[in-house]
Order: sequence, then structure tokens, then C-alpha cells
Amino acid sequence: MTTELDVDQWLDANWDPDLAVRAWWQRLAEARLSAPMLAPPYGRQWDRQQTVELVRAMTRRGALGPPSGIGMMLAVPTLLAHGSTELVETLVPRILDGSHGWCQLFSEPGAGSDLAGLLTRAERDGDEWVVTGQKVWTSTGQYADYGILIARTDPDASKHRGITYFAFPVRQPGVEVRPLREMTGRAIFNEVFIEGARVPHANVIGQVGDGWRVASTTLMVERMGIGGATVAAPSAAVPGTVAGHLDRPAGSFGQARPVIDESMVSRQRVRALVDLARQRARLADATVRQDLARLYGLVEITEWHLARMKSGQAATGGEGNVAKLRNSDVVRLARDVAARILGMHATVTGPDTPGGGMWQELILFSPAPSIFGGTDQVQRNVVGERVLGLPREPGPPPDTPFRALPQNTVPARSER
Amino acid sequence: MNFAFSEEQEELRRSVRRFLEDRSPMTEVRRLMETEEGFDPAVWDQMGNQLGLQSLIVPESYGGAGFTFVELAVVLEETGGALLGGPLFPTVALATTALLACGDEAAKADLLPGIAAGETIATVALTEDSGRWDLDGVTLAAAPSGDGWTLDGHKMFVLDGHHADLVLVAARTAAGVSLFAVEGEASGLTRTSLPTMDQTRKQARLEFSSTPARLVGEDGAAGPVLGRMLDLAAVALAAEQVGGAQRCLDMSVDYAKTRIQFGRPIGSFQAIKHKCADMLLEVESAKSAAYYAAWAAAEDSDELPVVASLAKSYCSEAYFHAAAENIQIHGGIGFTWEHDAHLYFKRAKSSELLLGDPAYHRELLAQRIGM
Ligand SMILES: Cc1cc2nc3c(=O)[nH]c(=O)nc-3n(C[C@H](O)[C@H](O)[C@H](O)COP(=O)(O)OP(=O)(O)OC[C@H]3O[C@@H](n4cnc5c(N)ncnc54)[C@H](O)[C@@H]3O)c2cc1C
Repeated sequence: MTTELDVDQWLDANWDPDLAVRAWWQRLAEARLSAPMLAPPYGRQWDRQQTVELVRAMTRRGALGPPSGIGMMLAVPTLLAHGSTELVETLVPRILDGSHGWCQLFSEPGAGSDLAGLLTRAERDGDEWVVTGQKVWTSTGQYADYGILIARTDPDASKHRGITYFAFPVRQPGVEVRPLREMTGRAIFNEVFIEGARVPHANVIGQVGDGWRVASTTLMVERMGIGGATVAAPSAAVPGTVAGHLDRPAGSFGQARPVIDESMVSRQRVRALVDLARQRARLADATVRQDLARLYGLVEITEWHLARMKSGQAATGGEGNVAKLRNSDVVRLARDVAARILGMHATVTGPDTPGGGMWQELILFSPAPSIFGGTDQVQRNVVGERVLGLPREPGPPPDTPFRALPQNTVPARSER
Repeated sequence: MNFAFSEEQEELRRSVRRFLEDRSPMTEVRRLMETEEGFDPAVWDQMGNQLGLQSLIVPESYGGAGFTFVELAVVLEETGGALLGGPLFPTVALATTALLACGDEAAKADLLPGIAAGETIATVALTEDSGRWDLDGVTLAAAPSGDGWTLDGHKMFVLDGHHADLVLVAARTAAGVSLFAVEGEASGLTRTSLPTMDQTRKQARLEFSSTPARLVGEDGAAGPVLGRMLDLAAVALAAEQVGGAQRCLDMSVDYAKTRIQFGRPIGSFQAIKHKCADMLLEVESAKSAAYYAAWAAAEDSDELPVVASLAKSYCSEAYFHAAAENIQIHGGIGFTWEHDAHLYFKRAKSSELLLGDPAYHRELLAQRIGM
């Protein structure tokens, strides 16, 4: 594949495992290679295939991938679509070169699937907004410099109208980030308590009161990302000032996977699973063969689906929902066939098991993709109502002021 | 057959449930799962002294209570629901069933009374690195030595193998697969705990090096003994799975009634309501399968091999499905460590693989019904 840049030549000249992460990411960003699928001036408007070539070239050399995480995945596309020129120019370059880490401050204890039911409020105070409320399930909140945050700015407006979208500075008094342990044993997500914290008015993304529309962009991009649209070499280095990874040598992270791993079941992983089955002499088992073939097929279809989407061919309006639902299926199938291939070995975790523990991690993480970024049920509702035009579930008229709606109570949490 | 439980059986269920609520609540399950032993010896003693759980299926002639497999299934349904950790399952469902089938009067007279009295924690070491649950997977070598035997090799995935007092080991001699009794403290036995995904059920790797062992039953004759043990253990595990699946359904339904989104309980959305209804369908079907299998085991019916594999394959899938749906119905909170949903998910996945996965048992079933 020819590109306007000789990727191998560039990597020969620039990749150096002894370089600090900060410096390496700067080189990538300056060469517009952190997110080459973006349009200039930040990217090179490459297509998926060109980007895949870059990823291959980087992986061959063991080069650390570009900064990953919420900033790259969600904040950049949202800012580019809705942010003021000034906001884009100050924030986007700092995401692309990894100097800032980001998190997504959307979900609340009472507002998950019903995200627009959020209660966190922001009140105008001169050039600033004052934010109070609680967010939850905030992935990588503990490493974040900024959060994309949605808050209610007008409780008299209807549910979806009174919301505003902010680029919110996380490291400030009035913001407390408490890690929450996940069923995997790790603590990647957090609860975030916000009490009188401040955000400049200039950090509003889009218009005041128009945050739901902006959030819809984020959610769409998120679905696509989870559905497999993101292409980047792996990077376990966490961007931003908090994690302390920027001064470590770029080569010290190896090929470990990022903290938030979007493409859990890539073509590469399917191949690894087939190899595992071969090693364990399970390829003759007809049920294993069937499931591996089914999995292979679904992952190929995902790739083609994404390509068809890029070409504007698939335009139902539900592309992201389809991709995300497909991903949930793929993850569950991969989990089940991996467990079957491993047998009793799947019941023991750690690096000494066949596959080095990767498949057990997949098993333990498998419930998450059908929940985060909007549950499978919510995706289906969206497909049914917005793509297929089926009638909505009965509910209060859409112009009811938020104040007048029944509130989502939160069942008591067990003692921690 | 009569599916109704007798008043005595219902009373047994109630007293086990009360005991577990009192002595093995979730806080204890969580505390113990972080320990290496994985159980509380005081609770184990009470299970023996107060309830006699270890003695249930041991005949009175060996110091047991002489109940049937139905009573055992009732108990295991409760312990499975409570995620009781510790060695009850390997002791009663593996070691006891193997000894009862071994045809070796001397071994039975020597070993069963200790188990029945709750003094001996016992397990069976069958699986090796291949993880296979059949005799072909047995490669560990036994050789005659003086008037006894010695074992060399290793076993994997041995339930509670790290602390059991008595390990029944499947090993290969010149005559074929044979069963041996090894003391937990025997010389040349090295036991290493494994980091299990389901922390409420511990496993160990056992390394044998000229380890002295006692032959149990005839040399080379362990095939039918282990076959019977595996069938009975599958039935026992199916009962545990039913208990766990029921809890997942209960948790889901409770949550679906109380969690409000869009101003309504999430259980009012058909997507969630139908999930709960499907879980009920599967849990009830699993009960029918597990209870029928327990009855076949109690009656020593010819059907046992067929229904054991049928129950194990069905109940495994019903449990895992219920456990996974339970997390989905809980949303984000279901993915947290603090919520109990993941403990059931991990137990369900591990139980699905323990004793052979559903596809393996469906293949056995196919063979056993003459396909
Ligand atoms: C690993 C992980 C990481 C996450 N990271 C982030 C993050 O970084 N930032 C962030 O803001 N959020 C994050 N989330 C939160 C995630 O977006 C929410 O968990 C999700 O939207 C579901 O909300 P909830 O947990 O409140 O579940 P609920 O909304 O309470 O849902 C409970 C159940 O009800 C169902 N349900 C709800 N409404 C309907 C309906 N109308 N019709 C049918 N079924 C319905 C759901 O499908 C689900 O099965 C993360 C979650 C996970 C698990």
C-alpha cells in the first residue's frame, strides 16, 4: 500500500526504545501519526488499510503505540465536531501527544442507561461554571487531567434540552476520585465526587443547553470504537501528568495492551485461539471447529462491515449500534470457545497457564462490553426506535420539564 | 418417580439453609476466599457434629447416616446457593463416592468412618496437565514397593488438594488404572495451591516422588470405580449448580423490581422481564434434571450414566447463563468486586468446566443413549 509517507523509513529514523514516552509521543504527534485517520492538521486522513500498515510496521519493531484512552477515543472526535476553534487548539494537541489524560464523566448512580436523567448540576458564576454531583464507573478517572463531563444547567428545560457539555479539569479541590474494584480484581473505574468544582465558560463544548446533542456524538464514536473502528498499535503507557509514565523509556512497555482495550477480539486474537486449540489437540473436536469457524467468520464480517461503513455503503444510521452489538456477541463467543479449549486450565489464572493468562482475563472481562458505552438492551432500543422507526415505549411527553419527571431512585449499595 | 421432597428432606434443607446463613454468610465466604485454606475448620466441625453433612451418604455400617443421594443433593443445592467454600464437595461427592464404589472392604472400613465423623478431609486426584476427566488422561505411575506401592508424577486441579488429609489418586500400574490412598502428610508429596478463578473453590497441584500409597480395590480395576464416581459427582455438581442459578435469578428479579431508570423499574422493560422469565425457565428445567438425576443415583438406577451427563450438561449451561445475565441485568454495579454477582459468575464458569464441559457431557450422553 503506497502512502505519502514511507512508514518504515520514518520509524527507522524516529523509533528509539530509550526515548522517553513523552518525546516519542511528541514525534508521533508532530508527524501526524498519533491518529493518522484524522483530517489535517492533526492527522493524514488515512484510510483503515493505510493505518493498519502503520500498526503492522510499529508492531514489527515493538514500537510503543500512540497515546490511547478516553482522550483519543472520545474527547478528540467530540472536540473536533463541536468544540470552539480555541478549545480545539488548546486541548487536542495535548491529547495527541499524550501530555493530558482524559476520562468520561457521564454515568451517575441514577443515570446509566437513562443518561439524560443525570442530576449533576452546573451553575453559571461569571466566567465560570460551578459543578456539583456524583459520577460513577469513570474509567481511568484516577489518571485523568480532564474529563468530558455532562451536567444539568437548566432543570426547567426538558430532560434532553437542559444539559451542557464541558471539558472539565479533574485535578482541583472539590473533585475526589475513588477507585472502584472490578470483578477482574483491578480498579480501572472510579466514583467521582464533585463538590463546587469549577470549569471556565470557555470550556463548554458546543452550546449551553445543547450538551445532549454533543454527547450523542461522543456516544456514537464510542459505539464505533467498541465495535472495532479504532486502529492503533498497542500502548500500555497511560497518557497524562498523573500516571507518571511520560518520563519512562518508551521501550519499557513492551507490547502490553492498553488499560482500556477496545478490540478485545481482533483477527490476531482469533489466530492465537486457533493456535491454542492446535497446541492443545482440540482442533479435531467438531464443536470446537464449528465455534472457531463461527468466530473467525464474525470477526471477518466485523472488518468488512467497518469497511462498508467507511465507504458510506452501510447507511442505516445504526452502524455504531450494530458494530457494538456484534462485538458483544463476538466477545461472548470467544470467551466460551476459549474456555472450552482450555478446559480445566481456564479455571486457574496467572501467567503459568496456557496462553499466559490472557484467556482467563477475557473470560473475566467478558461481561463488560455488553454494559459499557450503552448496554446491549439500549443499543437494541435505539436500533428499533431510531433506525427502524418502531414506536417508542410509552412515557411522559418529551417536552415535560426535567423537574416534573419522576426521578430515578438508587437502590442502597451493600457495605464496602 | 416421586419428585416431592419428604418432610424430613424439607427439614434438612431448612436447617442447612439456616446454618449457612448463620455460619457462612457472604461476608465469611469473601473473607475465606482470600485465605489459602479457603474454609473455616470450626464451621467444618459443626457441619459434622451438628448436621452430619459429611456422613450423609455413608452407610451406617461405616459410621455414616445412611441417607440417600437425594438428601445429599438437597444439601448441595443449599451450599451451592450460598457459595460455601471448602472441602465438602470433594469429600462427599468425590472421595466418598469413590470409596463406596471401590469394593475394597478393608479400605472402606478404614477410611469411611473418619470421613463420616467429619475428621477426615478427603479428595480425589484424577486430572493431570491435560485436564482430561477420563481414564486416558491418567499417566501418573504407581509401582510396587515392599508390601505397598509408591507413586511418581503429578496431578493438577485437585479440589482442596492443598490441605486434604486423604487423597485418592488415580495412577497407572502394569495392570492399568488403579486407585491409591495417600495421606496428606505422606513423604514425597509436595502440594502447591493454584490461583483459581473461582476463589471460593480451591485447587492444588500435587507432586509425587516415591510417595508411599495404599492400593484401594483391585490392581488395574479403578475404571468402573472412577466411572461411577464421575457420574455421581456430576449429579452432585448439578445440584450445586441449581442452587447457584436460583440465587442468580433471585438477585436479578429483586434488582429488576427496585432499580429505576427512565422513571420506571427496569423490570418493566420487556428486554429485562423476558430475560428473567428465560432464566426461570432454565432454572426450573435444571431443577427437574438435577432432581431426577439425584433420584436415579439414590435408586441406583441403570439410567444413572445417561441422566448424570444430561443433568451436568444442562445445569452447567443454565447456571452460567443465569450468572452472566445477572451481571447484565445489574449493569455497571454487576461488574464490581463489591457486588456478589461476580462470585457466582466465576463459580458458574468453573463448575461448567469441572468434571468435563457441557459439550463433553453431551457427547457422553449421545454415546450412552446409543448414538
Ligand atoms: C467496565 C465499565 C467501564 C465503564 N466506563 C465508563 C466511563 O468511563 N464513563 C462513564 O460515564 N460510564 C462508564 N461506564 C458506565 C456504563 O456506561 C453504564 O454502566 C451503562 O450505561 C449502564 O448503566 P447502569 O450501570 O446504570 O445500568 P442500568 O442503566 O441501571 O441498567 C440495568 C439493566 O437494565 C437495562 N435497561 C435499562 N434501561 C432499559 C430500557 N429502557 N430497556 C431495556 N433495558 C433497559 C440495562 O440494559 C441493564 O441490563 C462503564 C461501565 C463499565 C461496566
